[in-house]
Amino acid sequence: MEYLSLFVKSIFVDNMIFAYFLGMCSFLAVSKNVKTAAGLGVAVIFVLLVTLPINYLLNRYVLAPDALVPGVDLSFLSFIVFIAVIAAIVQIVEMVVEKFSPELYSSLGIFLPLIAVNCAILGGSLFMQQKDFVNLGEATVYALGSGLGWFLAIVSLAAIREKMAYSNVPAALKGLGITFITVGLMGIAFMTFMGISL
Amino acid sequence: MDAKLKETILNPIFKGNPITVLVLGICSSLAVTVTLKGALVMTLSVIVVCGISSLILSLLRNTIPGRVRIIVQLVVVAMMVILVDQILKSFEATYAIDKQLSVYIGLIITNCIVMGRIEAFALGNKPWPSLLDGVSNGAGYGMILLIVAFFRELLGSGTLFGIDILNRFGYVPNNLVILPPFALILLGCIVWVQRSIQKDLQEK
Repeated sequence: MEYLSLFVKSIFVDNMIFAYFLGMCSFLAVSKNVKTAAGLGVAVIFVLLVTLPINYLLNRYVLAPDALVPGVDLSFLSFIVFIAVIAAIVQIVEMVVEKFSPELYSSLGIFLPLIAVNCAILGGSLFMQQKDFVNLGEATVYALGSGLGWFLAIVSLAAIREKMAYSNVPAALKGLGITFITVGLMGIAFMTFMGISL
Repeated sequence: MDAKLKETILNPIFKGNPITVLVLGICSSLAVTVTLKGALVMTLSVIVVCGISSLILSLLRNTIPGRVRIIVQLVVVAMMVILVDQILKSFEATYAIDKQLSVYIGLIITNCIVMGRIEAFALGNKPWPSLLDGVSNGAGYGMILLIVAFFRELLGSGTLFGIDILNRFGYVPNNLVILPPFALILLGCIVWVQRSIQKDLQEK
């Protein structure tokens, strides 16, 4: 039950995009059509699912106070350790995707390496550190939930933007401006889920 | 000061603003704009990180092999962010703000502005212009942050820097402004205003 509540909460209530604005850069840049958006969304879910548990274990058994050597607090190193793990994993994912799915690789183009600097990934690890999950299961469920939330957000924005191409937007708002406002309105819609308690 | 250096400093603040024109670094920028104090600390942190890491990487630019440059950049930026974080934690006045900014200080590492400027400018230019470029990009980012924070704190809490401005006139704070989505709508409006003035930025 706790897992289910954490899962639903991380998808809808603590949505990476609408509640914390994480991963905005690629969110805005890659949301022009649904197919590419879905590809990036899947990549984010995957990278989160791999990196967050690894970072959880590192945090618990190496970085936390008294974890490695009694009386030594290594938590100030967490930023650099997390980002190094993420950069390494992204490099591996990139090589695997290039080998097995060249078309996905060419459509994601520059954005696969950019997942390394996608705030949603590092943000996930930093929130994990802050939330103090009790076991690996919770950290994994949180990773899956927040990845799915990100996926949901980018696919729905891409769908809206595909339709928006046909509407008559004021010249100065076209492109970036109207996208910001759309995301804001979607965020207000997502606040409906705030009252849910499981 | 010669014209090129002046261009380096002024361009990121208006014409090539990292947030509203290049769409970089929005990730961390919006969540910290609920209060002006938080936005100001975030602005200063980004200016310091962006300026000094540009300077360091510009000094190293001829010794870093092209293949591993991303990792080297990440390490330098992460080191700067850790320093800033530790400094903020060590003073009583800034400790509370560091807690309030929570993960967003750490997220400066993945702020696309820092990496973007290093990649696009610092690796190909001398240290002094690189430092200026980093600082002025941080300032261009901070300017938008402060504008958004100004409206959100004024309308959302009726205060500025925690000092009561509107409440004494019977203003009822608007809770919607405090909520995250409003920051996006406000940013959309800033982009709208900027593009109405600079017509060449409009998208077709």
